[in-house]
Amino acid sequence: MRYLPLSDADRAEMLARIGIDSIDALFADIPQENRLSGDLPLPRHQGELAVERHLRALAGRNVPAASVPFFVGAGAYRHHVPATVDHLIQRSEFLTSYTPYQPEIAQGTLQMLFEFQTQVAALTGMEVANASMYDGSTAAAEAVLMAHRLTRRGKAVLSGGLHPHYAQVVRTVSSLGGHATVTLPPDVAAGEDLAAHIDDDTSCVVVQTPDVFGNLRDLRAVAEAAHARGALLVAVFTEAVSLGLVTPPGATGADIVVGEGQSIGNALNFGGPYVGLFATRTKYLRQMPGRLAGQTLDADGRRGFVLTLSAREQHIRREKATSNICTNSGLCALAFSIHATLLGSEGLRRLALVNHANAVALAEALATVGGVAVLNGTFFNEFTVRLPRAAADVVEELAGRGILAGVPVSRLLPDAGLDDLLLVASTELNTADDRAALADGLREVL
Amino acid sequence: MLNDQGRPTAPVRNGDDSDTRGTFTGNRALAQEEALIFEIGRVGTTGVDIEEPTAFAPRLGGLARQDGIGLPGLSEPEAVRHYVRLSQQNYGIDTGLFPLGSCTMKHNPRLNEALARLPGFADIHPLQPLSTVQGALALFDELSRWLRELTGAEAIALPPKAGAHGEFCGMAAIKAAIAARGEAATRTVVLVPDSAHGTNPATAALLGFSVRPVPARADGTVDAAAVAAALGPDVAAIMLTNPNTCGLFERDVRAIAHAVHEAGAFFYCDGANFNAIMGKVRPMDLGVDAMHLNLHKTFSTPHGGGGPGAGPVALSGRLAAFAPLPYLKQDGETFTLVEDEASAREAGAAPLGRLTAFHGQAGVFVRALAFMLSHGADGLRQASEDAVLNANYIRASLGNLMSVAFDRPTMHEVLFDDAWLKGTGVTTLDFAKALIDEGYHPMTVYFPLVVHGAMLVEPTESESKASLDLFIATLRDLAHSALAGETERFTGAPHYAPRSRLDETRAARQPVLRWAPPP
Repeated sequence: MRYLPLSDADRAEMLARIGIDSIDALFADIPQENRLSGDLPLPRHQGELAVERHLRALAGRNVPAASVPFFVGAGAYRHHVPATVDHLIQRSEFLTSYTPYQPEIAQGTLQMLFEFQTQVAALTGMEVANASMYDGSTAAAEAVLMAHRLTRRGKAVLSGGLHPHYAQVVRTVSSLGGHATVTLPPDVAAGEDLAAHIDDDTSCVVVQTPDVFGNLRDLRAVAEAAHARGALLVAVFTEAVSLGLVTPPGATGADIVVGEGQSIGNALNFGGPYVGLFATRTKYLRQMPGRLAGQTLDADGRRGFVLTLSAREQHIRREKATSNICTNSGLCALAFSIHATLLGSEGLRRLALVNHANAVALAEALATVGGVAVLNGTFFNEFTVRLPRAAADVVEELAGRGILAGVPVSRLLPDAGLDDLLLVASTELNTADDRAALADGLREVL
Repeated sequence: MLNDQGRPTAPVRNGDDSDTRGTFTGNRALAQEEALIFEIGRVGTTGVDIEEPTAFAPRLGGLARQDGIGLPGLSEPEAVRHYVRLSQQNYGIDTGLFPLGSCTMKHNPRLNEALARLPGFADIHPLQPLSTVQGALALFDELSRWLRELTGAEAIALPPKAGAHGEFCGMAAIKAAIAARGEAATRTVVLVPDSAHGTNPATAALLGFSVRPVPARADGTVDAAAVAAALGPDVAAIMLTNPNTCGLFERDVRAIAHAVHEAGAFFYCDGANFNAIMGKVRPMDLGVDAMHLNLHKTFSTPHGGGGPGAGPVALSGRLAAFAPLPYLKQDGETFTLVEDEASAREAGAAPLGRLTAFHGQAGVFVRALAFMLSHGADGLRQASEDAVLNANYIRASLGNLMSVAFDRPTMHEVLFDDAWLKGTGVTTLDFAKALIDEGYHPMTVYFPLVVHGAMLVEPTESESKASLDLFIATLRDLAHSALAGETERFTGAPHYAPRSRLDETRAARQPVLRWAPPP
């Protein structure tokens, strides 16, 4: 077996050093009646070629985004990632290192995390960011728990524009932990009155911008309303590229900003691994979940970095920790950070502008299709269209014609009576031909 | 000086460093100093060529960003050099033996990386029509089958993103099952042995449980009688790591499971140490109700400097109905995902809810399945046997010099304490740092907490005998040195790393968590 260096002769010598005759002696503490005698009913070992064939065949049964006109978003976005990013994250010393518990030989990871934290804070307009969470949705749930701790209250108000899966994650974590949530009805037009739902038990209001229907939301009024009642504003985004063009939540009064970082540096990967971004105000630092890299000095007075403020974390504080998170999304954070470094402010602004321009062009193209109505007043690179019949059926028919048209709202909200709505995303990867293909496809199937 | 973890830090360096004469650049040949991107990058510079779009009417309302964003940019050659230089300050498995106990740092096959990057896996969207991702769903099914066979589980919950997330999933399923019995108000306590990972009590607390500790016996394992004494009608579950964090198999596990079930509670097993028992025993046969599997440990998906991981959860028949959304369903030749609660309830399930926006760490699943297929049932069993053999070989080779915490055969990791260092002036931390100078990543230190000055060594199955022999010889040399009073080799260490010992107390007392322009 190519991954196992020991030979039978090695094994025999080692058993002799240990002073036993058989490897079985080392498993003697396992109850005899439960010990397996033969191999499990699974295939035997295979060479690289056979494994590759098998997995290539599985991969071949999927339709990759690059092979078709592709407009699927709703929380994960296909962007161009420079070849440099994937090359660098596969450097052995990044790829095969562990959590930087021994900082003297993990300065690469630690400095990268310090840079990542600074980038995330700048992008979101916040003061401090952590070293990543699993993804945007789990970051949102952690933000709500953090708001509970900070306010000593136990109820979160969730906007009807919050990604329904994010809302479900928040509700799951909240209800299991004994906390209350109020979820507003789906808010396609971004017209809900969140302030009316904030009371003295409310720890936080959770609002997404661009929201799941693509609308941009001005958070200032809801921030003021929340703060007036002693509650916090948790701002959520699922498309990090939008921050290159849209006012960041930190500038509009958010107390905690969480979001999905996948769209910078990371592939679609069928939903994971992604990278959760988490930023807040310095005054709330001690209640922040997750790892933090911090600057310090070594014994010779040179600048270096370590994991710090770990008295918040589970390995020190155990049941009193701010979270149970341990492993996070380090390598995805590295991909994010490298891509952000290659972009810089100017590259990110242009990337975001091209996304927006393409989405505007797509909205204009779709508006010419009979029976299709673009619902959004504002949007970044994704918007909602109303179709004359069930969007899920239309999407399936277009998939049959080699077009992945978007996400039917019914996939996210099956019982909301919004079956005729379709979320359509367009990034820098979409061409004029793609737009024409979608518009023509819709004309044909509608 | 002690840091906030109660460990000594920032030692005074003994004597001068005759071997570290300064250079003009601060570099030392291949060891390159590297500034922060904020110090070398420039606003307005970009390493990506993107054209401005032609004029169009934006739809941003009044919400266009007004500030300069604040991200410095680097050209591509500068960026490559920056990150390559940073990488060279890291130690990885590819660098050398990485005996970090509890972390299972084994070889990461590059085949798995290549396969995960196939467009059919990497370039598919979680919300594409299911008809266009049948291969990916078939992969979920195949991975689940392997994990079911290896654990004896009824069902596998794939969504959890890492081990701690898996713990949350498994314990949430238990909480849901208890609620379904109408006992949510009364069963509010979770038993957690003192030797447990910190994630266990933290997970229990997140779910609103209170934690009742269970002491270990003098031999490092949990006593079924102690568990029985701690059980009562208020107990929801026990969270037991097996093999435990001392590297020992909980030999009374069946009696413990029996007592737990008799008391109406559930048995959660922390599967962090599954690498010791693949193909040797199926945890569910021992009475486990739920157990997470760290795919990034046992099944070798790269740790990437702290993640991503994946923490699928094996569920017994008593808990399978409570698995989170989404879960896989097969209709003839076709796979579907059950993504919403109403459909699940219609099918008779009672999902605990949703734990993540999408389906879990699909990219990690590809790597883990490739690892399993490569090993096969025979290779996985052999891997566990080799991992256990390697740990016991180290134990047998060092036990007469360093003090083994528990005098019994160990599983895939071996635990030493610091009794043997008493009076030498050398601490566990010093010893670990000296190992860095010898070109090794240290073992896990000061964990588990139940042993004073713990050193937990996990060699994994990836090491050759020659590699182990050199590691053993190195440890023996260091041990002789410590016992001979050569403290400078330890208290000033590391001498040859990119940094000497870093001041963790300073970092915590004066937190600098992001770059700021100099005043």
